[in-house]
Amino acid sequence: MDTKQKKILLDPLLNTNPIAFQVLGICSALAVTTKMETALVMSAALTAVLSLSNLFVSLIRNKIPTNVRIIVQLSIIASLVIITDQVLKAFVYDISKQLSVFVGLIITNCIVMGRAEGFAMQNPPLASLLDGIGNALGYDLILLITAFFRELIGSGRLFGYPVLQTTSENGWYIPNGLLILSPGAFFIIGLLIWALRTWKTEQQEAD
Amino acid sequence: MQQHSTLYTIGFSAAVCVICSLAVSSSAVILKSRQQANARLDRQRNVLLAAGLVSEGESLSRQAVRDRFQQVEPVVLDLETGEITEIDPASFDPGEASKDPAMSRPVDPNPAQVRRVPNHALVYRVLKDGDLDKVVLPVEGKGLWSTLYGFLAVGADGDTIRGLTFYQHGETPGLGGEVDNPRWKALWPGRKIHGPEGNVKIEVIKGSAGPPAEDPHHVDGLSGATITSRGVSHLVRFWTGPEGYGAYLEKIAGAEGK
Repeated sequence: MDTKQKKILLDPLLNTNPIAFQVLGICSALAVTTKMETALVMSAALTAVLSLSNLFVSLIRNKIPTNVRIIVQLSIIASLVIITDQVLKAFVYDISKQLSVFVGLIITNCIVMGRAEGFAMQNPPLASLLDGIGNALGYDLILLITAFFRELIGSGRLFGYPVLQTTSENGWYIPNGLLILSPGAFFIIGLLIWALRTWKTEQQEAD
Repeated sequence: MQQHSTLYTIGFSAAVCVICSLAVSSSAVILKSRQQANARLDRQRNVLLAAGLVSEGESLSRQAVRDRFQQVEPVVLDLETGEITEIDPASFDPGEASKDPAMSRPVDPNPAQVRRVPNHALVYRVLKDGDLDKVVLPVEGKGLWSTLYGFLAVGADGDTIRGLTFYQHGETPGLGGEVDNPRWKALWPGRKIHGPEGNVKIEVIKGSAGPPAEDPHHVDGLSGATITSRGVSHLVRFWTGPEGYGAYLEKIAGAEGK
């Protein structure tokens, strides 16, 4: 793998992270991060959809008529999302029930559309695949960090296993319910963005 | 980018559509049997959970669920009369029965916000040594954000609650979502549905209720989840009442007395 490919793959993790830098895909990041388990499955689903949609769009990028390109991209993305949803229902039924509509809503996730239109339409398949994986990993990273704090602070658990003994289980820890609610995700993502932009000052926007 | 002719554009779009729909429909067809098996298994597991035949957090293999389900007998009831019908439970689709206007009827406005009840309902008779031990009844009703779907287990006396479990809801995790908490669910068994006059008396109250022996008609509310608690209260009262399984509960109570 040469440096250019490495850059395509790794840049979206911290430098151009889809959630923290581009601030896309926030809706699903709020919805599925109350537990590590759901966040992990959602991450896997998005990684599959994003890398494959980038690959397929890139494969036919020179054949797609310009005036219908968005709808063609959407058809590909939507098909991949439905297939992913079907697979989840067949193999991890319990978790797919908890994720409910949010897997289906990957269709409208701006990250997927954004990478298809912004990258895969101009770049060869391998680079597009790497870009898809990279961006998905960037999304996954933020999702998992957010879910880690929300589940730990909000319910004293990680992957469903009690870590902090909560008072309702006769322990000492009083769970912070705010972290479980959607605003909790905003706080954590906000703090993450703050931390990232303090560290990598080039991400700060000019006033 | 070069311009394409209209014909090319239409042809290309059609090709994309055909390929995409082929992929989607074949995935749906290939995975369908597995998904249905999952849904069936999930329902059976929840029935077992409500019936207390599987303990909380215990993970069962598919085979174990099937084995334990041997002592459970699904039957289709006529809700109005409480009689068991001849309808084959295997071919009965409870979801369809609640939706289809021909198979359900509207009910008067009620606190549980149930709008229609099906004419027939799929319930589960749990047998012990050949005798009826308890019945597991599907229940549903509005909480704060969502409709809660669950199962209520009632003893063969038609009065004593043996368990309550919800398998689907969208209540706030940590607050209303605590309806899933095993410690809260453990408060239900032993409570009595009916008061001395035979009316439905069970209720979820604010604060804490005594142990079932002393305070049989009250259950602790969930703190921080007043509306969800109230919803659970309403739905239990609705489904054990005359428009729900009231007639059936009376029937099994009568059979027990003989």
